[in-house]
Order: sequence, then structure tokens, then C-alpha cells
Amino acid sequence: MDYHSQIEINENSPQFSNRSSSALSVQPRASGGHSLREVSFSERGGPTSVRHGSRGAESEGFSASYKEIRDDDARLIYINDPEKTNDKFEFAGNSIRTGKYSALTFLPRNLFEQFHRVAYIYFLVIAILNQLPQLAVFGRGASIMPLAFVLLVTAVKDAYEDYRRHRSDKIENKRLAWVLVDESFQLVRWKDIRVGEIIRVCVDETLPCDMVLLSTSDSTGVAYVQTTNLDGESNLKTRYAKQETQMKNLENERISGLIKCEKPNRNIYGFQANMEIDGKHISLGPSNIILRGCELKNTEWTIGVAVFAGRETKAMLNNSGAPSKRSRLETSMNREIIFLSIFLCALCAIVSVLHGIWLRHHKGELDLMQFYRKKDYSEAEEDDYNYYGWGMEVFFVFLMSVIVFQIMIPISLYISMELVRVGQAFFMIRDNMMYDEASSSRFQCRALNINEDLGQIKYVFSDKTGTLTENKMEFQCASIGGIDYSSGNGSVEDSQTGNLGRGGEQVLRPKMKVKVDPELLNTSKRKHTNEGRHVHDFFLALAACNTIVPLTIETPDPAVKLIDYQGESPDEQALVYAAAAYGFMLVERTSGHIVIDVQGERQRFNVLGLHEFDSDRKRMSVILGCPDKAIKVFVKGADTSMFSVIDRSQNLNVLKATETHIQTYSSKGLRTLVIGVRDLSSLEFEQWQSSYEVASTALMGRASLLRKVANNVEHHLAILGSSAIEDKLQQGVPEAIESLRTAGIKVWVLTGDKQETAISIGYSSKLLTSMMTQIVINNNSHESCRKSLIEALLVSNKLADAPSGGSENSSHQLGLIIDGTSLVYILDSELEEQLFELASKCDVVLCCRVAPLQKAGIVALIKSRTDNMTLAIGDGANDVSMIQMADVGIGISGQEGRQAVMASDFAMGQFRFLVPLLLVHGHWNYNRMSYMILYNFYRNAVFVLLLFWYVLFTSYTLTTAITDWSSVLYSVLYTSVPTIIVGVLDKDLSRTSLLKHPQLYGAGQRQESYNGKLFWVTMLDMLWQSVAVFFVPLLAYWGSNVDGSSLGDLWTLGVVVMVNIHLAMDVTRWYWITHAAIWGSIIATFLCVIAIDMLPFLPGYWAFFHIVKTELFWVCLLLITIGALLPRFAVKVFVQYFGHNDIQIARETEKFGNSRRYSQTQIEMHQIFDLPQR
Amino acid sequence: MSSDDGSSKKVSRKPRYSRFTQQELPACKPILTPALVIGILMCLGIISIPIGLLALSASKNVVEVVDRYDDVCIPSTDQKVGFIKDPATNKTCIRTFTIPKKMRKPVYVYYQLDNFYQNHRRYVKSRSDRQLWNPKAESSTTVCDPEGQTGDGKPIVPCGLIAWSLFNDTYMLSKNDAALQINKKDIAWRSDRTHKFSSNIYPKNFQNGTLIGGGKLDESIPLSQQEDLMVWMRTSALPTFRKLYGKIETDLEANEKITVTIQNNYNTYSFNGKKKLVISTATWIGGKNDFIGKMYMAVGGTSIVLGVIFSLLYVFKPRPLGDPSYLSWNKSPTLD
Repeated sequence: MDYHSQIEINENSPQFSNRSSSALSVQPRASGGHSLREVSFSERGGPTSVRHGSRGAESEGFSASYKEIRDDDARLIYINDPEKTNDKFEFAGNSIRTGKYSALTFLPRNLFEQFHRVAYIYFLVIAILNQLPQLAVFGRGASIMPLAFVLLVTAVKDAYEDYRRHRSDKIENKRLAWVLVDESFQLVRWKDIRVGEIIRVCVDETLPCDMVLLSTSDSTGVAYVQTTNLDGESNLKTRYAKQETQMKNLENERISGLIKCEKPNRNIYGFQANMEIDGKHISLGPSNIILRGCELKNTEWTIGVAVFAGRETKAMLNNSGAPSKRSRLETSMNREIIFLSIFLCALCAIVSVLHGIWLRHHKGELDLMQFYRKKDYSEAEEDDYNYYGWGMEVFFVFLMSVIVFQIMIPISLYISMELVRVGQAFFMIRDNMMYDEASSSRFQCRALNINEDLGQIKYVFSDKTGTLTENKMEFQCASIGGIDYSSGNGSVEDSQTGNLGRGGEQVLRPKMKVKVDPELLNTSKRKHTNEGRHVHDFFLALAACNTIVPLTIETPDPAVKLIDYQGESPDEQALVYAAAAYGFMLVERTSGHIVIDVQGERQRFNVLGLHEFDSDRKRMSVILGCPDKAIKVFVKGADTSMFSVIDRSQNLNVLKATETHIQTYSSKGLRTLVIGVRDLSSLEFEQWQSSYEVASTALMGRASLLRKVANNVEHHLAILGSSAIEDKLQQGVPEAIESLRTAGIKVWVLTGDKQETAISIGYSSKLLTSMMTQIVINNNSHESCRKSLIEALLVSNKLADAPSGGSENSSHQLGLIIDGTSLVYILDSELEEQLFELASKCDVVLCCRVAPLQKAGIVALIKSRTDNMTLAIGDGANDVSMIQMADVGIGISGQEGRQAVMASDFAMGQFRFLVPLLLVHGHWNYNRMSYMILYNFYRNAVFVLLLFWYVLFTSYTLTTAITDWSSVLYSVLYTSVPTIIVGVLDKDLSRTSLLKHPQLYGAGQRQESYNGKLFWVTMLDMLWQSVAVFFVPLLAYWGSNVDGSSLGDLWTLGVVVMVNIHLAMDVTRWYWITHAAIWGSIIATFLCVIAIDMLPFLPGYWAFFHIVKTELFWVCLLLITIGALLPRFAVKVFVQYFGHNDIQIARETEKFGNSRRYSQTQIEMHQIFDLPQR
Repeated sequence: MSSDDGSSKKVSRKPRYSRFTQQELPACKPILTPALVIGILMCLGIISIPIGLLALSASKNVVEVVDRYDDVCIPSTDQKVGFIKDPATNKTCIRTFTIPKKMRKPVYVYYQLDNFYQNHRRYVKSRSDRQLWNPKAESSTTVCDPEGQTGDGKPIVPCGLIAWSLFNDTYMLSKNDAALQINKKDIAWRSDRTHKFSSNIYPKNFQNGTLIGGGKLDESIPLSQQEDLMVWMRTSALPTFRKLYGKIETDLEANEKITVTIQNNYNTYSFNGKKKLVISTATWIGGKNDFIGKMYMAVGGTSIVLGVIFSLLYVFKPRPLGDPSYLSWNKSPTLD
């Protein structure tokens, strides 16, 4: 997000202009630059409920902070009267509890929460069914164990986490703060602070609750706070106490008043309240509240009244977990789970029907039959023993078979998947290649359940500023009074020494140095020429018309102090530093005046009024009372919005020249701002002042009133000139984009910037190439949009049909450039379809001047029309809606706060990390997870079928030859570890090959590793393997004197060995861990079987030792393994050899090099990373 | 602005480099090269076929005499069940057969039951292992229903349907009119004799009910010496099964006539079960069973055939491994 982009949004759009109370949720605030932060995404129900066309947006009340407060929505706070304030006990106290449980509630609540998962409910139902005596298939212990185990592990984990939370809560609650009690400030624990109390906070202390400022140590009522804990921004923010309360001596005169403020909400950038004090109505805004978690800086003390406490503070309300999304793979996995459920039901039905037939067939024999014995002859009266009639028996058999075959639905898969994702996240976080040195930020996995989606991305939607570019603004050049000062090629920085401000004997030096154009520097010193005056006014405007706070920093040299300009907009910072470099150094800012060191001479300007930036006006203005008593209004804003308020009757030449220069600047990719000025007559000023006062204390529609006032004063401006700021591309962006495009990912750039700027960034980032045919859609009405869309479609079709000129495909590449205004007409109308059709034909889509919600709308356009996965990447609050809308949202943890990161699924430091994230980790994650799911399906199904086949030989009575414990341990212990290890560690290809051939990413886009076909092939393989593993021992021992337990042991070991060797066959990279897991599992199984057979109270006592002595056992085991896996092996080899699968060939290349032939066809490797020398 | 943020003081949060976290652990990356594939397939063939041959020859060497007697050892009346349940009838039955080939000792005598579901759920569960092993757990018979207690509430030892249905046909063998000793010692597992069945527990209240299921037990002999019971209690896995009756410790020559005197006590008539007497030698493969041998031959044969097919394919349709020109994006579109 950037200053510029907001200025540019949707200009020319009739829908947006002068709409006072809706649309872009823009709210004036002191900070000027970043109004779009006010998009209070948290207020919306969910992204799906929002219409994304901008017109749709207006109906949505997503700007809660914007409403005037109605009484029933308000919270009434009686200052210094906590009892009265909270007489209904409706407000939370200040003690916080992030811990979820107490010792007493832990068990029920934790269980309740755990059972929110469907899988656990399934577990539970099965376990309960098994407790019914008629259905007791497994022993009680064996049936409950898996569930109990999972519940226990999760509970222990939860309990530990909760314990840590409790401990930190305790520390937090015990902190002390000064609270006004009986007319003196006393130390009180944080948890005892109540809403309505007056609190004093000293410098460097942390705020205990959200409070409205009453007074500060600064006479003008300014307080500086650092909000690092809240939003990650490290710069200081200014907050103001109202003059009405600032005057008061709070300790001595008992103050009383009423604050009427909005209900607690999550919007940390918005606050709306009115204060009634001494009969005066004062309005309060976001600049009058300081939030819990902030630290007070540069202000000796401040006194405020608590308005939100404890869990109702904005910090706590924002303390919510990561968003939960469900991965594509998991969704399609659910389809297969349904197949498996049907299969399960079919198996159960077969068993129960056959059992019914068997019972019918032996109807007369059941009473006496030795192995059935229906009648209980031990009682005096003969009764049926456990026989409930034919129908019930069949029904019971059905239920019992559900219990026996329960693991057909691979419950353990869900747990394995979570473990695997944790492992994958661990590796992503630890990846040195995704560590940003500059901001020392690691990769962050915020959403844990969509790792594998990273391997299937087809569309990347990227923000521009801060994402593609660094968002470190650099003042490049300026056009002042129609003269272009861009010729100087960045001269020596030290030439600024002459412009150091002198504060007393001390030398002030700006913290950042700026390239200075010597010509401009000279001009700025010639005060009496015409140009000199222009330049003077221009830089004065740059230094004054902003919300930057200058801070002085001590340096080792006591005579020199550094000036650090703190502000929220990097553009403003750049401009103020530039002004300082040319000798217009902002030295001091209070709410009432600013001091500017003008070429060594300190001048004090009264700030009479400040019209903050908003995206309807797209400009800001400041009204200054100059030392010479003149009153001037300086206006700074986007060119389009500025030219409409500039007086064209004067200086038309200058205007024309400036326009030309602006065009040149933006074509270079520079961001331009136009500066204008006007002298106010005292009459005008008084008019303005009275209306300003009325507007700023208005209770209703304050924002729109203020806007009107601003519009009244911002007109007939004289143009001063225009500034040009460079927004540098991030390191490695062009290479990254090229990699992504080679990988078949469509990169769309959605920016709020001007079309020219966007296109130039497009060129410099190699998004656009000169070979590309550009289609530009830039319209002002529905009808013209339709026309140009149809035209564009014709052009694209023609190009597509045209015979390819040789091998150069690039001549067909299309780039679509569309602006926000056109999107207003296209989104949410029938033209969407055509836009989609056109966009899908284009290789590159650049959307400029788009509003935040339009960004989401564009993502939704693709998401709703294709199956392709979308990824949105951005760094600012204006990207939040897009990040939440996309399948995968990535936040750049850059300069612009943390809202994007908070809303994202993954966060990282640089755009270029997208390449290793998608091409390497995404590819791996997807392949690993797909394989793991298929393998788990197979693994469980093969075991179920093994049980099923046996049931057919037990007169359909659900006997299992395999012991209960082995059945339970099968998916928990015998076979689970290797699949998790392989799911975390296996790599089909090395990082080097994946980066070298981005095309390999296509496997994930085409869903090659997991699809319906593979599922059915796996199931077919499963069927064969289950037949092999069951019937080999069955037929080998048919008619022999083998007992059930021994044969059961053979089956157990047979299936475990087979399943593990199956996995071993598919492992591509054998680490020692893999070896340990696979062979270890087999050994562990043997040990478990031995241990189970050593329990004398089980029927199978010592069976293992008997059967293991026979050669037949080992011969069977070998035959099972070979016979079951031979078809798979043959098919695998055949497919690998003749399938010409890219991954397979790349793997071979990796191993055998083949470097000579390779060099001819090689695609130039991208030097994005220092690849590991291995 | 040229930035000079003095952030060097910041502690680097850079993840510490290790081969593990960077997923660069040394690894073996096996690739199925043609040579390896053909080698594996041939190896499988070379291993499987000899095993198959060995198994077939072992199975062939087993000499086995199977004699079904349930149908002949009963008067051909409609009252088969009545006959067998009547304790007063004379159930002696004499059968003779010739030994086809020389049988080396030990020769095993089995009884074979067909269509007897010793693995029926109601049946397998009806036993109390605790009771057999722990003298104090005599009364833990709840799992044994409906044969847990006698009508007047005394615990049955050994309880349960399995013990209740103990097989009780007896065989007396004679060769050329001389009695042939059947050694019935050590027919049960050693582990059963020493651990699972206690020497301090004696049968109690066994087979006292209104309905007699099978054999009775001598109440003066502890469970640890009731080897027939132990063998019977090792429930079979499949509905057709053999159980060891005893061993003959002498060689049997070819064409020798064996006469068996059978006490046909056991009721399989109520569910059309078959009873067979089996005299068999044993090899490493167990009894006479060609299945394993044939399967190994089949698997080995298939491996070799597959190996040959793949070799031919590699010869006639070779593909150099790791040739990047096979990568889909390197192929010129005209080839497709």
C-alpha cells in the first residue's frame, strides 16, 4: 500500500466522488497518508459476503468506525467515576485471560473442543458402539486406546500451552500502573484497573488499557507512542490530548465528564467518540486514543481515562488466531473419503447379508452346533444365549463389521497430515533462503493446513508497492515552476553541509542523506529571483504539508544531533528529507505550530488547520500562518485530483510544462505528487475557520463535513510544481517473475498506481516485454467497456489464430492493462465473463488504480470461474481483502505494518522468496502430501480387506485372526511413522533442479500427484495386494493344523512388511532417518507381536515363537512381499521408462548429469540464489 | 535517500544453518535404471524358482493318507444325530487302508474336521485364559457363557464352548494285527504345558450339564497334562483344519496295511461336518501342499518374463536416461 496508490484510486469514477459516508471506508485522520488502512476487514462477516465490484462495496457497512455513534451503540464512560461507568457490570475489567481453561474446566472444555472435529466423533461413536456387549468386537481397552491416545496427546499439548498463557497472564496482570484514587495517583495492579479511571503513564511505560488522552507533559498535548506490539510498525505515532482537557490540573481539581464512544471493536486504526466536559462537546478520533500494548515515547507523562479494558481492548480483540482455510488437496481427498465410506458400507453389507444367509441355511442346527450353541442349557429354563432373532443378528453383524472395518476411513491420516504439515512448516521457516537479512524476518507459517496448496498455484496476484518494490522512497527530482530539475545526476551528498540547521550551538543533521541536484540547490538559495521564490515555496510546502514528526537523536558527537523523521507514509518521509537536504529542515512539530529551519534561519509557522488525506479528494492540505502574517494553504496531492483544483487562468505555461514533466517522470516509473499553494485573505480564512470548527465538532457526518470544508478551501491554487519519488524494485524481482512465469504461473499485478507508473514497473520487473502486444482498457462507462472488451477479444483471437512466425511464440504474448475505473463497470456485471475470457488469454494482466475491494473482486473473478489455485501477495492493509479472498494469501512483512501479515496464511520478507516457496517447498509439500494421502488410503484399505477376506471364512462373524491390539496398533504404530517421515522429508527432486527448471512446477498445477485416476489405480493395486497377503498364507496353510493366532501373526507381519516395502519402493531419497523409520517400523512390529504373544492371558500365548520356527512362515512372508509388489513394480518401471514424465527425467538428469547435451538446451539459470554447493 | 539504518546491532534471527534444516542431509537416491530393473527382476526369478522347486519336491515327498470316516462309521439311518448322542450305542468302527509309500518316522496322526468353524466369533470368545493359568481366577467365567457355570452356579473348569466341545473320537492303530503305538505325549506346545495351562488346576464340573458337547476330562489329571485339550484349545484359523492326535515313532513301509479302530463319538452330524483321519509325514513345508511351490514358480516365472520383456523394450525402444531433450518443454511441438 502506498500513499500514491490511494491517491489514484478510481479517479474519474462518478461512483466515488463526493460520496460522503460509504464506499472506500475512508476516514480522515491525523496521519494523512494511510487512510486506506481504515478498511476494517475485521468488521466484515466474511469475504464471501462482500460484493467485489466497487459499486457493490458501498452497500456494505464495512467501515464501522465511520458511523456516527447512536446511543444504543455507544459506551458511556463517566470520567473518574468507575462505579457509575460500570454500574451494570457490563464492561470488562482489565485483567486479561488468554488462557482458555482453568484447572476445573480443563477436562470438559478441552474434550468439548477436541470433539469439534468430525474425525474424533467418528472415533467416539465407534468406540461407544464397541462398548455395547452385543457388539463388543475388540476388547474394551483396545477399542478406546487410539482415541484416548490422541485425546491425551492433544490435551497435554493444550494444557502445556495454556499453562504458559496462564503464566504470562499472571505476569501481565500483576504489572503496576498509576491510577488516580482519591485525588492522588497510586500504584495499582493492572488487573484492578477499571473503565472510567484516570491513569498516568510515564515515559517508556506500556499502556495498561485503551485510554483516551486527557493531558500530556507536552503543553500542546502531544504524546508519542510506539505501536510495535500492536501492528509491528516501529515508527512513532503522534496522539493528541484535547486542548480542553490539557489545561486541567487533573490531580487537584476533580474532573468529571462523559465520554460516549463506540463499542469495543478490532479496528486499531479507528476510534470515534464524543466527550462532554464542562458542558462542551468535543469530538474524539483515533488520534486521541492510545491503545493497550503501545509504549509511550518521548513524552514525560500522559494522563488518560480508561475506555476499554482487558479483553475489550483493541489489542486483545486483535489477538485472534490465524485464519483457517482448507487445502485443495484435503477437499478433493474428502471426495475419495466418500468413496471409501461407500466401500466400507458395501463391505459391511456383504458381510451382514452373507451372515443372514448362513443363519437361514443353518436355522435348525443353531441350538446344538458346538461352535454356535444358540440355547443356554445351563439355566433351568432354556433361553436363547445372545441370540436376538434373525433380523437383529444381521443388524448386529452390520454394526460389528463397521467397528471391525472402521479404519477404512483413515482417521489417523488427519493426525498424520497435521504432523507432516508441522514438519513441513518447520523446514519452510528454517529455510535460509527465505530469510530476509534486511528486515531480519523469517518466513512465517500462519496457516498450518494449506502447505500443499503452495504446489498448485496457477495465478499470483501481487500488489506493487512494498511487494514488487521496496517501498523505500527516494526523492529523485522535481519540476518546479515549470522547470525540470532532473538533469543533475545525483551529485555529492556532502554538499549538504551548508544546509545544516543550527539549533543553538548544536548542529542538526537529517538522518538520511538525499542526492541533491546542484542546480536546484543553487536556485533554492537565490531567494529573490522568480524561480527562487517558487523553489522556496515548493520546499516549504514539502516540509510543512505532511504529518511527519521530527525527532532528534543524540550522536556520539555532542555538537551534532540527528533528525529522524517519523511518519507513517514513506512518501512523506522522502519528501521531508528532500526538503531538509535543500535547506528546509523541519525541526519541530506540535499540534499548533511547526518550526522549519529555512537555510539556517528558524522560522515558526502556525498550523491553523490540517485537512488530512482521504481517497476521495486524494490530496491533503495544510493552512499555515507564516511568520510574515500571511496565511497560505499548501496542497499536495495526486496529479489528477490536483489539476482539477488548480487555477488554469494563471500560469498556463507552467501548468502545461509540469504536466509534461509529470508524464516523463511517471514513464520512468517515478511516483509524482503535485504541489499547489494559495494565499488566503483574512476573510476567507475566517470563513474557513468557523466552518472548520463547526465541522470538526459536529456529531453527525463529521467526516463529510470536513471534506466539504476542505473542498471549499482547496481550489484556485497556483501550481508550485511536482515532486518525483522513486520506488525501487525489490532485489531479484524480475528474475523471480520470470521464474514464476516459466513455471506456468500467471502473474497479475494489482496496484493503486497510475497506469504509466504501473506499466513502467511492469517493464522494469520484466512482467511486460517489448515483444508483447498490449491491450489497454481504460474506459469511463459500461458501454465503452463492453466495446473495448469485445474488440480486445477479437484482437486476442486473431493473434491466437495467426500462424506462428517461426518458433517465436513470444509474438503471441498478450498483456492486458486495465484500470480501476473500467473495473468498476466490469466487475459484478455481465462483462465479468468477457473480462475473464480475455484475461485468461493474456499472459500478463496489470490492473492499475484499483481499490482494495476491487483487488479482492479480481481474485474472486478467477477463483469462481476456474479450478485453478490463486495466490495473493501484498504488504499493506489494502491487500488484506485480496489476501483473504485468495486460496493462499501471503503477507510481506515489510514496512507497512502488520495487517497484511495478520490476515495472511504465510508471511515473508521479500517477493523473490515466492520462488523457493512455490517452486521448491510448494512442489515438495504437494508431492509429499499427495503421496501420503494415497498411501494412507491404500494402507488402511489393504488391512481392512485383509480382515474382510478372513471374515468370509468365519461364517461371516467378524472374527479377526489378527489380535485386537495389533489391529489397533497397525495404523498407530506399525505403519504410521514411516509415512510421516517420508511426508516430511522425501524430496522427488533437489532444490537445484526445481529452481533450474521452473516448468517442473506444472506437475502440481496439473494435479499429477493426486487425482481420481491415481486413486482408483491405487485401489486396484490395494485389491491385488490384499488378495496376495491374505490368500498366500490361507492356501499355504489350508487344511493344516495351524492355529488362528499363529496365522494371525503371519498376516500381521505379512501386511506390515508389505506395506512398508511398498513405501520403501516409492521413496526417492533415502536418508538415515528414512531407513530408521521404515526398517525400524518393521522391527517394532516384530517386537510388538512378540510382546503381545508373551501375555499369558491372551489366547495367542507364545504362538509367534511356534510359527517363526517353521520355514513355511518365512517362505510365506517372502512370497507375500514379492507376489504383492511385483505388479506394482512392473507398472512403475514401465511408466517411468516410457511415460516421459518430466519429474522422472529431471531426477535422472540430477543423478547422471548428462551435462554436455544439457548445455545446449539449457534455459539460463536464474541467479537468484546462491545455490548450495552440493 | 540512501538508507543507512544502523541495524547491524540487531541480533540476527537467521535460522541457524544445518544440513537438516536446509533439507540437505546426505541421501541415497536410487534410480531404477534399466540394468537395475532387469537385475532385480532376474534376481527375483533366480531366487523364487529354486524355492518353488524345493517346496514342490518337499510337498511331493510328504506321504499322506486321508480317510474320511464320519459317513461310513454310522448306520445309514436318518437318526444320525440321535445315534451319536446316545451314550449307549456302540460307536466302534474299523477302517483299513494301505500305506502308499514308505513313511519315515515320526509319522503324525491327525484328525481333520471340515466345516467346523472353530473361528466362529461366538466360539473363539467363549474361553477364559485367565482361569487356565491362574488358580485364583477359577471363577472368572463370565466370558465363557453359555458354558461358564453349572446350573447351580459352580464354575466350570475349563469353561467355555471351546473346552465343552472337546473332540473325543479315539483311534487305535494296528499294523498287520500288531498294535501300533501312538505317542500322545508332547503333542501340545511346550509353552502351553508349562505356562498357559497350570499344573495346579484340575478340571471341575466339566461336562456336567444337560447337554454334552464333546469329550470329558479326567478330573484327577491337572490341566497341564491334558494335552488333547490344549491342542483343541488352540483354535484353528480356518473351518477346515487338522489337529494333532499323536505321533507314531516307527517307520511305516509301503503297502503295509493299517487297521484303525475308531470310537466315533464326536458329533459332527448336526452340522454336516466331515471327520477324517490323516496319517502323514511332515517336511519343512508342513503337510502335503503344492500351493507354495506353484506360487513361487509362477512368481519367479513372471519375474523372468518381465525381465526379458523389459530387456527387449530397452533394446528396441531405448531412452537415454536423464536426457533433458525429453523434458516436455524442450520437445519441439512438431514432435508431438
